[in-house]
Amino acid sequence: MIKLNINGKLRQINLPMDTPLLWALRDHQGLTGTKFGCGMGLCGACTVHLDGAATRSCVTPISIAVGKKIVTIEAIDQDSTGKKVQEAWLTQGVPQCGYCQPGQIMAATALLKLNPSPSDADIDKAMSGNICRCGTYCRIRSAIKQVASITEIKP
Amino acid sequence: MKSPLHHPDLSTDILNADDDSLLITNISRRIFLKDMALTGFVLAAGFPSLLRADETTPSSTKEKYGADAMPHGWVDNPLVFVAIAIDGTVTIICHRSEMGQGVRTSLPMVVADELEANWQRVRVEQAPGDESRYGNQDTDGSRSMRHFFMPMRRVGAAARTMLESAAAAHWKVPVQDVRAEQHQVIHPATGRTLGYGELAKAAAKLPVPARETLRLKNPADFRYIGKGQVGIYDGQDIVTGHAQYGIDTRLKDMLYAVVARPPVFGGKVLSYDAKNALKVPGVIKVIELPSSPPPADFNPLGGIAVIASNTWAAIQGRMALKIDWEKGPHGSYDSVTYKAELEAAARKSGKMVRNDGDLDAALQVAAKRVNAEYYAPHLAQAPMEPPAATARIIKGVCEIWTCTQAPQVSRERVAKWLKLPEDKVTIHVTLLGGGFGRKSKPDYVIEAALLSQAMNGKPVKLTWTREDDLHHSYFHTVSVERLEAGLDTQGKPLAWLHRTVAPTISSTFGPDSKHQMATELGMGVINVPFDIPNLRIENPEAQAHTRIGWFRSVSNIPHAFAIQSFVAELAVAAGRDHKDFLLDLIGPPRRIDPRTLGDVWNHGESPEVYPVDTGRLRRVIEAVSHEATWGRILPKGQGLGLAAHYSFVTYVAVVVEVAVDEQGKLSIPRIDIAVDCGPQVNPERIRSQLEGACIMGVSLATLGEISFKEGAVVQDNFHTYQLTRMDEAPREIRIHILPTTDFNTPLGGVGEPGVPPIAPALCNAIFAATGQRIRQLPIRDQLRKD
Ligand code: FES
Ligand code: FES
Repeated sequence: MIKLNINGKLRQINLPMDTPLLWALRDHQGLTGTKFGCGMGLCGACTVHLDGAATRSCVTPISIAVGKKIVTIEAIDQDSTGKKVQEAWLTQGVPQCGYCQPGQIMAATALLKLNPSPSDADIDKAMSGNICRCGTYCRIRSAIKQVASITEIKP
Repeated sequence: MKSPLHHPDLSTDILNADDDSLLITNISRRIFLKDMALTGFVLAAGFPSLLRADETTPSSTKEKYGADAMPHGWVDNPLVFVAIAIDGTVTIICHRSEMGQGVRTSLPMVVADELEANWQRVRVEQAPGDESRYGNQDTDGSRSMRHFFMPMRRVGAAARTMLESAAAAHWKVPVQDVRAEQHQVIHPATGRTLGYGELAKAAAKLPVPARETLRLKNPADFRYIGKGQVGIYDGQDIVTGHAQYGIDTRLKDMLYAVVARPPVFGGKVLSYDAKNALKVPGVIKVIELPSSPPPADFNPLGGIAVIASNTWAAIQGRMALKIDWEKGPHGSYDSVTYKAELEAAARKSGKMVRNDGDLDAALQVAAKRVNAEYYAPHLAQAPMEPPAATARIIKGVCEIWTCTQAPQVSRERVAKWLKLPEDKVTIHVTLLGGGFGRKSKPDYVIEAALLSQAMNGKPVKLTWTREDDLHHSYFHTVSVERLEAGLDTQGKPLAWLHRTVAPTISSTFGPDSKHQMATELGMGVINVPFDIPNLRIENPEAQAHTRIGWFRSVSNIPHAFAIQSFVAELAVAAGRDHKDFLLDLIGPPRRIDPRTLGDVWNHGESPEVYPVDTGRLRRVIEAVSHEATWGRILPKGQGLGLAAHYSFVTYVAVVVEVAVDEQGKLSIPRIDIAVDCGPQVNPERIRSQLEGACIMGVSLATLGEISFKEGAVVQDNFHTYQLTRMDEAPREIRIHILPTTDFNTPLGGVGEPGVPPIAPALCNAIFAATGQRIRQLPIRDQLRKD
C-alpha cells in the first residue's frame, strides 16, 4: 500500500509497485481522462504532470510517483496556464475525436509554464512526442501561440 | 414512461470510487438525468409506438440511391429524434457515431436550426444501435450529412410546426399568424409569446404533420447551418478529460480483459499453458476463445483471453501465457514476395473492366509510349483509441458500451453469437477516439460479449493494446497499379491502359474473391474522367492473405496515387506544364453519367443527381492553382506538386509545397487544398476534416506501411508503424472551399475525399524539387543522400 498525491489529494493505492501510473489512474482511481495510446512512451496520450514536468504515465511505475505531485487533465484547470490552454483549445476548435487532446493539453501546459513564448522550434520539440491521428497539429500550434500572446500582453 | 434515451443509464451504476470527489463520470449528463426526472419529457411522450423505417421511407420500385439504398434507410419522425422538457430543454438524438468528424454537433445543429431552437438550450444524446428506429447508423462512406441533412431538417421543421400549432390553438388564432423564433412561439399581432417548454405538453398531443406539408426554412434564414459558428458539442468534456470513449467505460464489479490472438490470420491455438499467467497478481481467469472458419467477416479471431482485476494485470498475465499456435494457410504470407507476385500479375492482362476504343491499335501508332508501376502497401487505421468494448449480461439481456461505427451491425452479430433475440442486446455508442474504418468491424465487440458470457454475465471490459490493433486490423489493401499511355506527336494522350491489382475487401466476406468489387473499381480507377478515346482498365487476380478492410477513403488511395503521379509523368514526357496537361486530359466541362464510364456504383448515389462533373473538377484545380500561385519559381530543392481526385461525390485538388535539403530531408511548408463538396453545412468542421485529411495523407505517403513476414504483421507499435508527428507535419494548411453555398445543390462527402490526392501531390512536388520520382509508398528514406 502506497500513497500518491493526485490532483492535490493523497490517495491510497494497493497495486504492485511496478504498475504503470497510467493504469493506477485509469482503473484504480477512475481518472480516465488520461488516455492509453501505446503503452510504450511513444504517443503522449497518457501525459500527466509529475512535479510540473510532462511525463508519460504509461511507462512510469507508481513507485517513481511516490512523493511527487501528480496532476492529471481533470485538474489542470486549477492551474492558470492550464486553464488558458483549455480555453485556447476551444477557441481554435482544436479537437476532432479529442482522444489525444488531454495528453496534448498536458504537454502544451508544461511547455508554456516553462517557456511562456515558445518559438516554432520549441513547440515542435515539446509537442512531437504527442501523436494526433486526426491531424490537429496546425490548430494545436495556433492554440499554443494564442496562449503565448495572451501571456505576453499581460502586465 | 419509458425513457427513450438509453445512454444515460450508464451513469446509474457506474463504478463509484471510494471517495465521491473521485467520481469523474460525465457530470453534466448526470445532472441532466436528475433534471429529466423532475421535468419529464413531454414532446416525446415516451417516444411511443414509433414508426418503423420501412414505413416512413418512401417505397419505390425504381433503383434506390443514397440513404434509401442503405440498410433501414432513413427516419424523419420528430418523436424519435426530439424531446422537449417543460423547462424548455431540447434534447436531440444523434444516431451516427462521433469519431472526430463533428457529427454530434452538425446533425443536431441542423435539427435545431429548423426547429428554431436556441443552441444554448440544446442537449445531444447518442442513440443506441437500433436502425429500425433511427434509420441507418453505419457511420462510414462520408455520408452522414449527405444522407441525413434533409431528414434532419424535416425532423426540426415538423417539431417546429407542432409547437406553432399548439401555440395557435392556445391563443385561438390561425397558425399562419404565429411563428417560432429562438425557443418560443410569437404572435406578432399581439406580441404574445409562449416558450417551447410551456408548449411541449400540448404539442406532444398533436399529430406529426405530413412530410409533404412541412415548410422548410428558406436557407437565407438559417442561423447555424452554413455558418460555422457553433463550437463542437463535446468540446468542453474533451478538454477537461471528462469525455467518455469506449475504453473509458467503468461499471460496478467490472473485470478487465486482453486477448492473445493468432499471430497469423486463419491460425489457431494448438495448446497453451496458463500456469504462470494465473500466478500474476490480479489475474482471475484464462479463457480460450474459439477461432472462426473463413470467411473472416466480423468474427472474432479466437485465442486466449486473460481476465484480471485491472488492465495492467491482464496485460502482464497475457505476457506470461505460453501458447503454441498453428499458423494455418497464410503462414508464409510475405510482403516482399507478395509485391513481386502483384507486379507479375500487373504485367499480364487480366479481367477487363472497361474498354473504350481500340487500345492496342492506338498504342501501336503512338509517337511515344510511357509506362510506370506504382506500389502502395497495407496500412492500419490506428485510431488513437484502440478498439475496446465493455459487455455485461443480466438475465438474458446483454448491454455493451463501445466505440463503434456500426452499432446496428454490432447488435446483430452479438445477438447471433450469444444466441439472443436482437431486442435483448443493447449497444450503447460512446465517443470514438478515431475510427477511420477500423471501428466499422465489430469483431472486438463480439469478443467482449463472449467474455462476459464466459464470466457468467459479469461486466468485462476488453481493451486492445496498440500491438493488438496493429497486428489484427482489417488492413487497407496492398496494390500494384501499372499504367501505360500512348502520346501523339503533340504529346496528347491517345491511349490509356491501367491494370490495378490488389486483394479485395470482398475476400473478407466471401470465399476466394480475387477481383476488386464495383465499389473498389468505382474509387477512381474505372470512372477516371479523362478525355481519352482509347482506354482500357484491367483487374488481374490477387489473392488475399489477411483481413482486408476499409481505411479512410479506401481504394481511392492507391488509385489516386498511381493515376495522379502518372499524369505528372506524362506531362513531363509531353514537355508540358502539369496543370495545363491535366486540364486538357480532363477535357471540357461536361456532366458524365458514371454508368457510361462503367461505374454502376457511383458511391451509392443516383447517376442523375450526382453525375461526374468535369466542370467542377476543373474548377477546384483552377482554384487551388490560383491560391497556391502555381508556376511560381522556387529555389533549388523546393517544388510544387499538384493532384486532383473525385471521390465520395466530392471534388478535391491539392498543391503541396516541399523542400528537400542536401541530405534529402523532406519538409512540407504548405499545402493548399480546394474542395467542392456542394453546400457546406458546418464549414468549420469541413475545414478541420480537410486539415486532418492532409495530415493523414502525408502520414501514409511518408511513413505508413504494414508488412507481413511468415504470415504475421512485422510492425508492433508507433516506433515501427510510424505516424506523422508535429515536427514533420505540413507547417501550414490552407483550405479553399468552393463554390458559394447553394442549398439547392446536392451534398458531397467530406470525411474521406481529402485523403487520396495528398500522396500523389506530395510525390509530384518531390519530383519538381529533386527530379526524383517516387513510385513506391511510403517515401520513408528514399530521398536520403547518405
Ligand atoms: S500511452 Fe503513454 S505514450 Fe502512448
Ligand atoms: S483529435 Fe483525434 S487523435 Fe487527436
